[in-house]
Amino acid sequence: MDLIRIKNVEKKYKNGVTAIYDLNLAIEKGSFVFVIGGSGSGKSTLIKMLYREEKPTKGQVIVGGLDVAKLKDRKVYKLRRKLGIVFQDYRLLPKLTVFENVAFALECLGEKKNEIRQKVLKALEDVGLKNKVHSYPDQLSGGEQQRVAIARAIVNDPKLLLCDEPTGNLDPERSMEIMQVLEDINKNRGTTIIMATHDKEIVNKMKKQVITLKDGHLVNVKKKGKYEDEAI
Amino acid sequence: MKLFRMIGRSIRDAFKSVIRNFSLSLASISCITITLIIVAIAIMASLNVKNFTTEIEKDMTIVVFLDSSTTEEEAKEVEEKIKNLDNVSEYTYQTKKEVKEMMQEESEVFKEVLDNFDDESSPLKDTFQVKVEEVLFIKSTAKQIENMDHVSVVRYGEGMVDKMVSAFTSIEKVTYGVVIALVLVTLFLIINTIKLTISARKKEIGIMRLVGASNFTIKTPFIIEGMILGMFGSIIPIIITTYGYMAFYNHFDGYLYSELIKLVSPEPFIYQVSLIVLGVGILVGMIGSSGAVRKYLKV
Ligand SMILES: Nc1ncnc2c1ncn2[C@@H]1O[C@H](COP(=O)(O)OP(=O)(O)OP(=O)(O)O)[C@@H](O)[C@H]1O
Ligand SMILES: [Mg+2]
Repeated sequence: MDLIRIKNVEKKYKNGVTAIYDLNLAIEKGSFVFVIGGSGSGKSTLIKMLYREEKPTKGQVIVGGLDVAKLKDRKVYKLRRKLGIVFQDYRLLPKLTVFENVAFALECLGEKKNEIRQKVLKALEDVGLKNKVHSYPDQLSGGEQQRVAIARAIVNDPKLLLCDEPTGNLDPERSMEIMQVLEDINKNRGTTIIMATHDKEIVNKMKKQVITLKDGHLVNVKKKGKYEDEAI
Repeated sequence: MKLFRMIGRSIRDAFKSVIRNFSLSLASISCITITLIIVAIAIMASLNVKNFTTEIEKDMTIVVFLDSSTTEEEAKEVEEKIKNLDNVSEYTYQTKKEVKEMMQEESEVFKEVLDNFDDESSPLKDTFQVKVEEVLFIKSTAKQIENMDHVSVVRYGEGMVDKMVSAFTSIEKVTYGVVIALVLVTLFLIINTIKLTISARKKEIGIMRLVGASNFTIKTPFIIEGMILGMFGSIIPIIITTYGYMAFYNHFDGYLYSELIKLVSPEPFIYQVSLIVLGVGILVGMIGSSGAVRKYLKV
């Protein structure tokens, strides 16, 4: 079963730059996929189209049976509730504690207090941060902050987790810890993970499916891929 | 349940935000306060004016005197014509004799004096008392009657009343102008207050979007904030309205200048006006914040 199907997608920004040319792609449920490519190759653009931050100018982007391209602006929240998103810059609220940051997502959805508590603690346990529940983001290391962001992304148990260079600000060791967390989430929760990255070492170590973009074109899709410099 | 939780959260957020942006909130609230005081005065004034113009209008009559030489048939003709005028709602006809009898009943002096005249030599005339539907047009109706044959004199309200009514209307117009201008300034201030709140919470809103908060969830706190500003802004105007009007009413014993100009009694009038003032305050707050939210939140 494919969770995501991308058909004949083109993305041209208003300033005339074409970031994606005629992309066709299918991603299976439960898979772990890297999106690699040089700077400006269109990785972030692809991720943004998946959570409907950007609309494709042509084609269909189908996520869980829903054509995201056709989704009306005021219905976008329905899509967002079904997926988690993690960024390079964490995007935590500095005035809220770790617990509150993760709970924030569920509060926005109007969930009950005791349910929120349970889910938040479970998510923090999954990312290995159960002992820092009451800390504030500025009291945490970069790796820990990124784990909070991951906990927030998975707290609602989404089918799909999108990561745009989640290790971009971290040293290799911390990066590998984050990758371990993501791998566990993929295995234990069955969450489909799509991760855009520059990091050659991570891609080579993880041996996951790899999608390579070059200047907006899909150049290859490999099952247990490596980061191939020639392709980029 | 879910909705209540969300609304509870929105109200909490809104109060926090009013306090956080205290100085701008205070500016908005003061502006609403001033606007609403004037709105309240305008409402009370115009309702009172309406009240006493209708009171006066009820008493407005055109009195038509016929020539002394008018025969009974000719009087009938005049009656027919008056009956057919558009603006005439009702009329009564009194012959010289009836007028004489009426006056004689009214006073001893008249009785003595009028006894000296018979029908032929009487200084009294056959009269019509005409009531009109629309006091605004009483002048032209009177003119029309005056131009009829056999009509000698037409009198109505001595011009005082229509001058008063037209003065009231122009005062009302000026008040409306001032109220509209003030409401616009207030809206502008509220939009800016809410705009500041929104920009202070830009990051939070971005994250809310990412985690799937609906537009309703994102917008509601800001709209409630506007309503809270409106509500706070209406407190002082309501107090002033209530006590001010009661004091005013009691000071004049319910009448202005003469028994003709009767004030609306304070109860339930002041409660109605207070409710309107509160409503206007909340509505202005809501419209202002909705405007800000739409413009600066793109939702
Ligand atoms: N909002 C935008 N408006 C206009 N052009 C954009 C916009 N976002 C991206 N682009 C352009 O689209 C192309 C692809 O950008 P994208 O951000 O998807 O690349 P990327 O692969 O994520 O790069 P990086 O590895 O540097 O993050 C680039 O040429 C970029 O300049
Ligand atoms: Mg990018």
